[in-house]
Amino acid sequence: MRICVVGCGAVGSLFAANLSLLEDVEVWAFDLFREHVDAINRDGLRLTGAGEVLGHPRATADAAELPPCDFGIVATKAMHTETAIAATAHAFAEGCVATVQNGLGNEETLAAHVERVIRGTTFPAGKLVAPGRVQWDVKGDTTLGPYDGRTPLAEVERLADACTRAGMPTYAVADARGPQWRKVIFNASTNPIGALTGLTHGRVCERPDLRALVSGLVDEGKAVAAAQDIVLDADPEELIDHAARPEVAYGHKASMLQDVEARRVTEIDYLNGGIVRFGREHGVPTPLNEAIWALVKGVEASWQ
Amino acid sequence: MTSVVVAGAGSIGSLLAGHLARVAEVTVLTRREEHAQALAAEGLRVSGRSEFTARVEATADPARLPDAELAILACKGTDLEPLAARLEGRVPSATVMTIQNGLGAEEIVAAHGEWPLLSAVTFMSGTRHGDTHVEYVLDTATWIGPYRGTTEADARRVADLIVAGGLKAEAYGDLRPAQWSKLIFNATVNGVAALTELPHDFHFAETQRLSDLGHLVRDLVDEGKAVAAAAGVELHDDPWEMNVLATQRGHRHYPSMLEDVEARRPTELELINGALVREARRHGVAVPLQAAIYRLVKAKEASYS
Repeated sequence: MRICVVGCGAVGSLFAANLSLLEDVEVWAFDLFREHVDAINRDGLRLTGAGEVLGHPRATADAAELPPCDFGIVATKAMHTETAIAATAHAFAEGCVATVQNGLGNEETLAAHVERVIRGTTFPAGKLVAPGRVQWDVKGDTTLGPYDGRTPLAEVERLADACTRAGMPTYAVADARGPQWRKVIFNASTNPIGALTGLTHGRVCERPDLRALVSGLVDEGKAVAAAQDIVLDADPEELIDHAARPEVAYGHKASMLQDVEARRVTEIDYLNGGIVRFGREHGVPTPLNEAIWALVKGVEASWQ
Repeated sequence: MTSVVVAGAGSIGSLLAGHLARVAEVTVLTRREEHAQALAAEGLRVSGRSEFTARVEATADPARLPDAELAILACKGTDLEPLAARLEGRVPSATVMTIQNGLGAEEIVAAHGEWPLLSAVTFMSGTRHGDTHVEYVLDTATWIGPYRGTTEADARRVADLIVAGGLKAEAYGDLRPAQWSKLIFNATVNGVAALTELPHDFHFAETQRLSDLGHLVRDLVDEGKAVAAAAGVELHDDPWEMNVLATQRGHRHYPSMLEDVEARRPTELELINGALVREARRHGVAVPLQAAIYRLVKAKEASYS
């Protein structure tokens, strides 16, 4: 089996390094960060933290080098999906491409370039600390499912099995929208609040008026999911309260807050923006998500 | 000559004190003693749309204020309560005029003395370049109306005095239509600017894309209009048009609330957004977006500590 990880940042590296340990899988890593690519080919891809792994995927920044693959795993930031898949689609003419990215709309972007798309949601996280080196912060499950009828469930199961054997527990399900929307609603309802106020997750949640605003955002997301007959696999409210506990993520600065502090473009278009777009399609009003979307776009505009 | 006390020497207080000193005897009440000494020694320089240096009296000690016919409280809303407390028993013959943003300034002052009161809102702006130099930037008007124990004629006399000093001012029989127009404008523009850290510029009127800020600005204005209607206030100006007009000037105005969050100072949130949210609740009008802005700015202030 040949798998290409497209976008070998923190999450992509977790998949690439672990999968490369399997005897029966050949792993390629496509990334535009040249020093990272060179370091991987020279010294391997090293994970430290939640797991200690030294993997040896073949890395390249040149999409033309990619051979035909059975699977793609797209792990770029959501705003780079279009460019990444446009460059690599030729490698997946006979394969399936899975997204393990944040947000909504990635599957649609992939489906415009490749035939068989797999919807995915992943919880492991880390950060790229140096070229070829990734800090693995948290372990977690991944859920995969066919995007539409063109993707055979058996193929999804084959990829899930490889990931699980590689130490990344992964479930293949017929409808993967539940976990995806649960994560999107969680992120869209908490990340931008942290980004706009500068507060950690726990401090957001302990202010009753702000926590009520979070619930307002959650309710809109749930209504949009319900209008599509999506059954959430867990209540985002419980995850939000769980994460606010001191021993979990009270002091965690949301990734969007980190993006804003570093003046990096955020994933707001694919979180709140995604909820708004799907809401419009299904006739569900989302005024709070629209407001938050506009505010974070305003923050980004203030850097220019 | 009329005798005037200007309490508070930020940009608005300095603009008023400097211009009024050309037609009245002006004493400035400052918070810091060295500020008062500098003003008394060097005078107050005004640049920009006016160019002159005014002679003013100044003190940081309310006990040393002369009695006056007019006292203008020109501090920020967040400083009004302590300032009004310092003025208790002072300037006994004065008519006192508030000029803060938002709602509720008059009640705060009324609780500290029996003075006749005038309300004012101002649209002019300036930039302080130090204790004794203020630049006159936007030459838009100050609007004045009666509040307690005063009439439109009293408001007109003060407006005439301000105009004689070289600023723009108009008197109204009822200030609420103007005050509410500015309240809604400020609650919207200042709140959005404080959260996005964008100065008030073209982004606030953009409505082309779904995520453009103009949609939110218009929705916030619509909520404010609904509250005004429920409160029986007919607006003097449409705050959305005020917003569009201001952004078309091509000038990137930094609302005070944005300057406050950048400097990590307390903002005038309570007098502006807080006042609007409380009025909405009192009149049974739902303002979910304004409530969100209010909560977010309050939380942003909390993040400083």
